[in-house]
Amino acid sequence: MMDWKETVRTAIDALNARRMRSALTMLGILIGIAAVMLTVGLGQGAQTSITNQINSLGSNMIIVTPSQTTGSSGFRGGSTVTTLTTRDAAMLADPSVAPSVAAVAPTSSSQAALQSSTTTWTSTVVGTVPDWLSVRARTVETGRFFTSDEVNSSANVAVIGATTSSELFDTASPIGQTMTVGGQPFTVIGVLATAGSSLSSNEDDTVVVPSTTFAARLSTSDNAISVSSIYLQATDAESLSAAYQEVKTALLSAHGVTATTADFTVSTQAALVEAATSMTGVLTALLGGIAAISLLVGGIGVMNIMLVSVSERVREIGLRKALGATPSVIRRQFLVEAGILGMLGGLLGIGLGFLGSAILSPLLSITVEISWVATLLALGVSLAIGLVAGVYPATRAAKLAPIDALRSE
Amino acid sequence: MSALLSMEGVRKTYNTGSIAVDALRGVNLTVDAGDYVAIMGPSGSGKSTLMHIIGCLDVPTAGRYELDGVDVSSMTEKDLADVRNRKLGFVFQSFNLLHSLTALRNVELPLVYAGVNPGERRERALLALDRVGLAERVNHRPGELSGGQQQRVSVARALVTDPALILADEPTGNLDSVSTRDILALFDELTAAGRTIVMITHEHDVAERAKRTVHIYDGLLTDDAPLAGASR
Repeated sequence: MMDWKETVRTAIDALNARRMRSALTMLGILIGIAAVMLTVGLGQGAQTSITNQINSLGSNMIIVTPSQTTGSSGFRGGSTVTTLTTRDAAMLADPSVAPSVAAVAPTSSSQAALQSSTTTWTSTVVGTVPDWLSVRARTVETGRFFTSDEVNSSANVAVIGATTSSELFDTASPIGQTMTVGGQPFTVIGVLATAGSSLSSNEDDTVVVPSTTFAARLSTSDNAISVSSIYLQATDAESLSAAYQEVKTALLSAHGVTATTADFTVSTQAALVEAATSMTGVLTALLGGIAAISLLVGGIGVMNIMLVSVSERVREIGLRKALGATPSVIRRQFLVEAGILGMLGGLLGIGLGFLGSAILSPLLSITVEISWVATLLALGVSLAIGLVAGVYPATRAAKLAPIDALRSE
Repeated sequence: MSALLSMEGVRKTYNTGSIAVDALRGVNLTVDAGDYVAIMGPSGSGKSTLMHIIGCLDVPTAGRYELDGVDVSSMTEKDLADVRNRKLGFVFQSFNLLHSLTALRNVELPLVYAGVNPGERRERALLALDRVGLAERVNHRPGELSGGQQQRVSVARALVTDPALILADEPTGNLDSVSTRDILALFDELTAAGRTIVMITHEHDVAERAKRTVHIYDGLLTDDAPLAGASR
């Protein structure tokens, strides 16, 4: 019986004799494997990045946002009535109402023009309370955050983000400097530690002021006590769902609405992560599926070329049979050829995948996460595709009658 | 001398659609070890079918065929492949060498299928190529060899397994007169060395070189005698 080494050598000789065709056939598998690796890797990378961003917003966080209500005029969003107020926030801060809530930070925000002594800049101004710092898991780099007293007295003090600081004051220390926010003078008392950019906004380009000051001097809303969202922090991870229920129940009864007519939305950070994960998961599966189809097409290419190869090499097959090759030896030879096509294509595809991830990661600022398990799986899949695609042509070759094979001149 | 090859009442019927064609209609043939037999016949006579059955490339529809003491009349394709590998050496009209392989690797091929290890394989193939006078050309590919040299490579390939029977199908059909003389001289040497050869040919001057000539006509062996008269 012919040994494996000889079978592989014969297969490589045969592929080598038709170099161009073998290379083109491998290209199909190569592109398929690289496409699957990159789409799945990109999806994984995007998922990790989104999850990190959501987690960087804070820990054990619950976010209450107003729903747009249909006003009396009958059309939606005609006048955005913010249904959340500082009264809601004060109620939720009461331990007898929501015992699982550790901290509450009602937040309003708007875009405002900033001006220092030397330059101007536009940024997001957030009006909130001292709890904001812990709820949003932020820290102060230099200076200090404002106090409850400053909130009560509507003090004109501001804490600014690192980006805002460098834009307005360059390298100079902003602490104690005066700047105007929307035309109102504010004293800078602190700079926030950097948090990185999130999904929707740059968390380092922001101005945080006391909520009362915001309502009195900066708010565009005619309702002084309305807020754009309420951030809450559960006491710990275990009490997150309890806190969620408490907040929801308390707000429903306070607003006198039922769950179906609720004028607000409560979501937990975990729910946001889950939603984002399932969204990117679906997207990854979709793109990966399309890439897998290209791999399938590559497999069909291998099958096609093996069939052509069998009919071209009828005389060779006949001769080999006349010299003593059994049907199973012939079958194995063609299977090994197809398998090598698949596996070489797969190996080159993995190489292209790594190259692509190295190029794409900095371009898309998302780390393309290629796992070794997925890579080995890809190699296995490409070998399997080659073998499966080779079964039919190899069986045809094995079944050729030696006289028919020798006769065809 | 004992019979190396014996056929009794061998029939071969091909079913092409609704029509059954009798290619062989009861052939009896015995070839002794060491014999050199030429089989002659016009096209359509069943000559090729007979060659296929002798070469174990096909099995008879009816009758008995023994080769080197083994009944091969109803063997499976796998067993037939084994018999072809061990007992037969083929020389074809169109050489049937693999163009991508060197002469040496072409000659090694039957040994590959016999499972001979690479060292011994190479040694035996070199010996066979030396035997046909191509020791200097072992690393040439068929495209770099003349027709006569290519046919000598295929004779080396037929010899390398030390088969019981060498079966040559029109071995000089594609050769010029010089190469034809060359190959026939090689066959003379082989038969002198005790090899058994069965040769299919339609050329009288080629058949003349054999010890015995058999004629086939309409699927039957008509005579078994030294050369007779002029060709058609």
